Amino acid sequence: MSTTAYAASAARVAPVAPSRASHTGRNLAAVLSLAVLLSLAARVIELRPLELVRDFGNIGVFLRGYLHPSFAHLGEYAWQCAVTVCIALWGTVLAALISIPLGLLGARNIAPHPLVYLAARRIMDLLRAVNEFVFALMFVTAVGLGPFAGMLALGIHTGGVLGKLLSETVEAIDPGQVEGVAATGATRLHVIAFGVIPQVVPNFLSYVLLRFESDIRSASVIGMVGGGGIGFYLWDTIRSFNDREAATVILLIVAMVMAVDVVSSRIRRATI
Amino acid sequence: MKPRASTVTPVKPTSISPVVKLDEVSKTFGETRALNRVSVTIHPGEFVAVIGRSGAGKTTLLRCLSRATVASEGRIRFGEQDLAALAGRSLRQHRARIGMIFQQFNLVRRLEVMDNVLIGRLPHVKGWRRWATLARRFPAADRAAAHRALDHVGLLARAWQRSDTLSGGEQQRVAIAKILAQEPAVILGDEPVASLDVANGAMVMETLRRVALEAGVTVITTLHHVDYARRYADRVLGFRQGALVFDGVPAALDDGALEAIFGDLAPVAAPADAPLSAPALALA
Repeated sequence: MSTTAYAASAARVAPVAPSRASHTGRNLAAVLSLAVLLSLAARVIELRPLELVRDFGNIGVFLRGYLHPSFAHLGEYAWQCAVTVCIALWGTVLAALISIPLGLLGARNIAPHPLVYLAARRIMDLLRAVNEFVFALMFVTAVGLGPFAGMLALGIHTGGVLGKLLSETVEAIDPGQVEGVAATGATRLHVIAFGVIPQVVPNFLSYVLLRFESDIRSASVIGMVGGGGIGFYLWDTIRSFNDREAATVILLIVAMVMAVDVVSSRIRRATI
Repeated sequence: MKPRASTVTPVKPTSISPVVKLDEVSKTFGETRALNRVSVTIHPGEFVAVIGRSGAGKTTLLRCLSRATVASEGRIRFGEQDLAALAGRSLRQHRARIGMIFQQFNLVRRLEVMDNVLIGRLPHVKGWRRWATLARRFPAADRAAAHRALDHVGLLARAWQRSDTLSGGEQQRVAIAKILAQEPAVILGDEPVASLDVANGAMVMETLRRVALEAGVTVITTLHHVDYARRYADRVLGFRQGALVFDGVPAALDDGALEAIFGDLAPVAAPADAPLSAPALALA
């Protein structure tokens, strides 16, 4: 019945919606201003794509070296890759430890006082705003050259990132489940342990593993500023135009990053 | 046949519940009066249903009793304790003496059923053992109490299942086991069956009725369905626009009383032992 009634209504004149506002002028202005901004930025960074074509021969010279990697120091490079993984591993553990108190205190629905919330938020902003390389330069002066400085730098910076992610996860939890615990007269610590932590554990673990993958990439270059690991050899071989050695280092880094990504994403899938 | 609610208040001599006394209680939010000079005394062991339209002040009444909010005027006392004076530790002690049942069950969904029941034991664990409970390690006596509570609602076999694998009705019975383990002096229900179908709703109400009667604990619960109030309550409080307009036994809920509480939306008055009828449920 209803189908035929609908068909009958279709035979009559179709209803007309109110006319739609035109956005053409606004869109045109947006595209034009973006074009102006991009061309100004191109001048600033001396964007000259033609040079890439004209000096192609130079690249060929480099490429010849890179196509013949040297395996003379493979053992040393492989060991430095292992050091790099260890830097990222401990850096991520340190980051997770830093992020738990910061992330909980920096969540609006958990923070014991608005001032505590603001303080935790600002500390996390600071840790994230300062690049891990800057932290590495600072820690090198504090604890000397080597992997320890690199691990501290990664841990501190990533701690801010994970803290921010954790605080946002905590703010998105189901308040009903928290209320169910708080209603029994439980203390704040118990409310967090029973009502909050179980809700955020899966997401937090996933974030930690994602950041571990990212920390591996950072750790592979942090040796450039004295933070230990394979990065120093990358820096050294490229700067000395030792192309065949540099090629080996780059290949090893690519293999390492890919291997860690595969393992980490498998674990991530298993934990969710 | 289901045990019919007695119309005589079953005041158990052993009841652990205090007398709950509201004295000219009002709660205002800006210009609106959510509660308007409500005075009522609830005796130990009474099963009280609170009914009324949305916005009539039912939830505000519950929130005042659980001290989620403070009454603007008047006094609420649990025994000798004036609720307005509670803060910090004494407020947590008040909450420990109140078992809350929620419309959405409010279990921690990723925790096992047993852990959710053990949450009810948290206020009972004292001394250094409190720290062990943070890692979900409870003393043997508390674990035994949780087992008994879960057995009491017939869900012991589900103890090690994750709570979100249970049906709504089962989750609400776990919530009842949790407050059984909590050993509260008063049970407060906020629409405990509004999210459940008729069969599960009846099962939850019967469980609640049974455990309250056995423990002699006062129950104060809001109920959307007048039929549930008729069937399970000893006493019905009807609210309209923040004012208490009906206070009596379910049998006294006639057309006139329903009209006074619900106005135009009054559900059809049904005999107390009639089956839960679909139209009445749809209206409620």
